[in-house]
Amino acid sequence: MPRYSAFRIFAEGLRGNRGWTPTWRKAAPKPAYDVIVVGGGGHGLATAFYLAEVHGIRNVAVLERGLIGQGNTGRNTTIVRSNYLLPENNRFYEKSLQLWEGLEQSLGYNVMMSQRGVVNLFHNDAQRNAAMRRGNSMRLGGIDAELLDRDGVRAMCPLIDLDNGRYPVMGGLVQRRGGTARHDAVAWGFAHAADARGVDIIEHCEVTGMLIEDGAIQGVQTTRGEIRAPKIGLAVAGHTTTLTDMAGIQVPIETHLLQAFVSESLKPMIDCVVTFGAGHFYISQSDKGGLVFGGGLDGYNSYGSRGTLREAEHVFAAGVSMIPALGRLRALRSWAGVMDMTPDGSPYICKTPIHGLYMTAGWCYGGFKATPGSGWCHAWTIAHDEPHPLNAAFTLDRLRQGRALDERGNGPYPWMQ
Amino acid sequence: MRIPCPHCGPRDEIEFSFRGDASACRPTPGAGPDAFYDYVYTRTNPRGWTLEWWQHASGCRAWLQVRRHTVTHEIGAVTPAGPGA
Ligand SMILES: Cc1cc2nc3c(=O)[nH]c(=O)nc-3n(C[C@H](O)[C@H](O)[C@H](O)COP(=O)(O)OP(=O)(O)OC[C@H]3O[C@@H](n4cnc5c(N)ncnc54)[C@H](O)[C@@H]3O)c2cc1C
Ligand SMILES: [Zn+2]
Repeated sequence: MPRYSAFRIFAEGLRGNRGWTPTWRKAAPKPAYDVIVVGGGGHGLATAFYLAEVHGIRNVAVLERGLIGQGNTGRNTTIVRSNYLLPENNRFYEKSLQLWEGLEQSLGYNVMMSQRGVVNLFHNDAQRNAAMRRGNSMRLGGIDAELLDRDGVRAMCPLIDLDNGRYPVMGGLVQRRGGTARHDAVAWGFAHAADARGVDIIEHCEVTGMLIEDGAIQGVQTTRGEIRAPKIGLAVAGHTTTLTDMAGIQVPIETHLLQAFVSESLKPMIDCVVTFGAGHFYISQSDKGGLVFGGGLDGYNSYGSRGTLREAEHVFAAGVSMIPALGRLRALRSWAGVMDMTPDGSPYICKTPIHGLYMTAGWCYGGFKATPGSGWCHAWTIAHDEPHPLNAAFTLDRLRQGRALDERGNGPYPWMQ
Repeated sequence: MRIPCPHCGPRDEIEFSFRGDASACRPTPGAGPDAFYDYVYTRTNPRGWTLEWWQHASGCRAWLQVRRHTVTHEIGAVTPAGPGA
């Protein structure tokens, strides 16, 4: 495995950088594996890594229909945090954040994790009370949370228009351990570390069918032939139902699209993550200098990875209300990804009615932060054929049992979660 | 997207509100929990043509049943909601 260090960069510099080799192998499919993971995004690659690292299961393939990391992993706004209200969620996301904190050491790869702080603004008494309640719930769970007044917000991000005529800012809830990571490096880092432990990462291999006998999974059909395995884990984000359809099972998921935007490159301007409370808007600045920002879903079911101007207009309007200086900038690019939205906005990391078929799905627009935690719990569930306590609540039948995990209290409308 | 409202003609999507899956039908009151579970939560989530409710919220305010393609965003038949719709 290629190892990365400051010394290595120096030495390669002297040798004209001719010694670098690809960081993972381009594997060809074998006829059978112990476990197949479908989907080469962060969640699938993390599942494979933790299967090998924690459970010693190394005869594993990750099947990706395109190139790894080019789904939502490579399209998201990279916000990492664990500031949830419900105990089931904040326990899980806190585990994930703790894995992020040690991720570079465990992968041997720089994922540029930057704990620059995430602040959620509030603009009225009701929002302040909700922020306080969420902050208290986090602190009860041992997670850092701090309530900022206006001066606190000003100190964190001086460009915010605190006295906005329509939406004056009252304060904010900050999680200082939250921040951002480099999206592509997360996929590459997990690929690097999984490959080094013997995992086959197979690109351009689309799963087109499931081999099921007597209610138990036997393998998959792919564009590169049949591949067999007694255990299969799905990690395909917005495409989950196209795979569960192949297995003949129904899951409560709707596919929706979410856009994101990046501005031209600028000198450092915003050194934390800020979310607006009077509209759907969040922003941070990448290390290249671009402001990375986004808002809510376009609001209708879609598998088309492109949004429309209606939501773009809302995002720009909210951004300029919060930070008027943004009005002087140009957006450089916009794009979209397809989300697996659930009726309660919480995920599924679970077994399925098919024996040996598992999934990590339903990540909505917030699964990047979950990448290590999802892989860790999914790997556990596959290895033990039962969920870990951290993901025991994320089952497929929780809605039927009346145990919805509806963080925002929005009701069973996936497009409003 | 541009949705042809049967009352107002083709209008920009910005005038409409999405109101969910129109293929789910409310069960009769005595149909039992499984039927209500399916009504509330079970969706086919097609990668292709769907049947949806859209309200012409900033226009005539009528509820419309819209056939739409979830990959191309192409709009098919649009009919006013009503008995039998
Ligand atoms: C615009 C946008 C902004 C976001 N912002 C944030 C954020 O700030 N913070 C946050 O926490 N989350 C955010 N998210 C959500 C986050 O990106 C996702 O939840 C997360 O990256 C999902 O990772 P994944 O590995 O499950 O999916 P993906 O990275 O999409 O990987 C799934 C893979 O499965 C492959 N696949 C699909 N079907 C098949 C098949 N039949 N056979 C083989 N392979 C297949 C796909 O090609 C894809 O590569 C955002 C998402 C978007 C789109
Ligand atoms: Zn009309």
